[in-house]
Amino acid sequence: MTATLADFGIVFGRVFFVMMFILNLGGLLTWVERKQSAIMQDRIGANRASILGFRALGLFHPLADAIKMLTKEDFLPARADRFLFQLAPFVSVFFGLVAFASIPFGDTLRVGDRVIPLQAVTLNVGVLYVFAMLSLGVYGVMMAGWSSANNYALLGGQRAAALMITAEIAIGASIMGVVMWYGSLSLQDIVRAQGGLLFGWIPKWGIVTQPLAFILFLTAGIAATKRIPFDMPEGESEIIGYFVEYSGMKFGMFAMADFLETVVIAGLTTSLFLGGWQVPYLYETGVRFPWGSTIGLPHLLVALLQIGAFSLKVLVMIFIMMLIRWTLPRFRYDQAMRLGWLGLFPLSILNIVLTGAVLLAWGDHP
Amino acid sequence: MRAGQRFYLREVLSGLVLTGHHFFANLGQHIAHALGRTDARGAVTIQYPEERRPMSPRLRSLHRLVRREDGSPRCVACMMCETVCPARCIYIVADEHPNPEIEKMPSRFDIDLGKCVFCGFCVEACPEDAIRMDTGILEFSSYSRLGMIYTKEMLLALEPVGPDGVPRSPVPIPADRVV
Repeated sequence: MTATLADFGIVFGRVFFVMMFILNLGGLLTWVERKQSAIMQDRIGANRASILGFRALGLFHPLADAIKMLTKEDFLPARADRFLFQLAPFVSVFFGLVAFASIPFGDTLRVGDRVIPLQAVTLNVGVLYVFAMLSLGVYGVMMAGWSSANNYALLGGQRAAALMITAEIAIGASIMGVVMWYGSLSLQDIVRAQGGLLFGWIPKWGIVTQPLAFILFLTAGIAATKRIPFDMPEGESEIIGYFVEYSGMKFGMFAMADFLETVVIAGLTTSLFLGGWQVPYLYETGVRFPWGSTIGLPHLLVALLQIGAFSLKVLVMIFIMMLIRWTLPRFRYDQAMRLGWLGLFPLSILNIVLTGAVLLAWGDHP
Repeated sequence: MRAGQRFYLREVLSGLVLTGHHFFANLGQHIAHALGRTDARGAVTIQYPEERRPMSPRLRSLHRLVRREDGSPRCVACMMCETVCPARCIYIVADEHPNPEIEKMPSRFDIDLGKCVFCGFCVEACPEDAIRMDTGILEFSSYSRLGMIYTKEMLLALEPVGPDGVPRSPVPIPADRVV
């Protein structure tokens, strides 16, 4: 089969959709963070930026922020490593952006005789790919800490590296239970396998089959985003952290990378534990309830429902992560390390053992 | 630490329930407000330049010089306020008053608000009730120290705060302040 212009266009469209999805969501999260924290704390939140008198609930603030950051001085410390210092924020943002690529946002879309997978990149090791990209993201942080020629930045970079190792180990170990249960490393296969029903009526989502792994993964995932309660690489109240020497849009890019990682973790949690694009009882041909009645739906509507369900689940996950960020106080550095190595990691291993025992007792993959 | 607390999870969940309850309760209030229920308030915020917090009538705000019925200052330049001022921010130059019934009047009466500590001693000390701190104006800023010096004419032009707590006279703008 030769690649035609249409094939090229379809690939471009898939990548474009995912790119727009996380870039816009990442930008919007600055607004969500302000407004959600304000409403949680009985405040109103940023609402002053206006265009022609329209305030639109403060939705213009991300725009005003971007203009502010782009027009600020781009400061370069005299003793900083010029190349690495300039490169660091781009590395951070880049890996945050590409990590989402293998997360499926829908099943397949049939247009004529074409079958389009609703996923930017179809990878059979999607889980590993996302982890690899998330881990590489910390290199930007370490480069920033190292190249700034500032002791506090260096401390922040080192803490980020330590935290990332802690979080990645816990994430990787907690995810093994899911991989064992659904028997695949492809995110699309894992999501498809979650469409089945347990005991005939419970959707076989990861949160039902792997509840312990869900809690461990969410905790480690929040640690991987470097936000409160695991914000010791930044630690505004003590060391300010790896971006202490950055100004203008480069500083903004580090903040953006944090939000992108939040979106990626939310998307990954959705795919692994909340059934991805699955809507309960919705199948390729329509809704089929456990008591037997069926409603036929056209293919396009089903695809749209799946994309909508995925987006909704990601938004709910982001809401929960924001709620956690604005509720809990921060861990001290040693407390976070202890939680990671003596709490999350052994429990993840326990989860693997338990999953193995259940699978062995059940015989085959249930 | 009890064993349950050591496990974090229960405490974290109870915290999330509390903040989540605040979020949804306030969100409901905001939505009700947007739909026309003006008594619904989802926040305790006072939108400051438009809304003002009610102030106690005893609050010491920007000074003003009280006028006689003919508009001249009630002040007789006795220097009591200048003497009692712990910050030494009042500067008075005395002059003859055309009316022989009144001994003196100030030809200059400057207050350097950059130095003033708003103790209210000048108001206490004044035998003529000529200086008061009841304008309700709290916003006086300037780009230079010179702009913080308020002259007799500026202080005489000020009015006491209205019964609604909103200042009745406009905030005096020093010459160096760009609006």
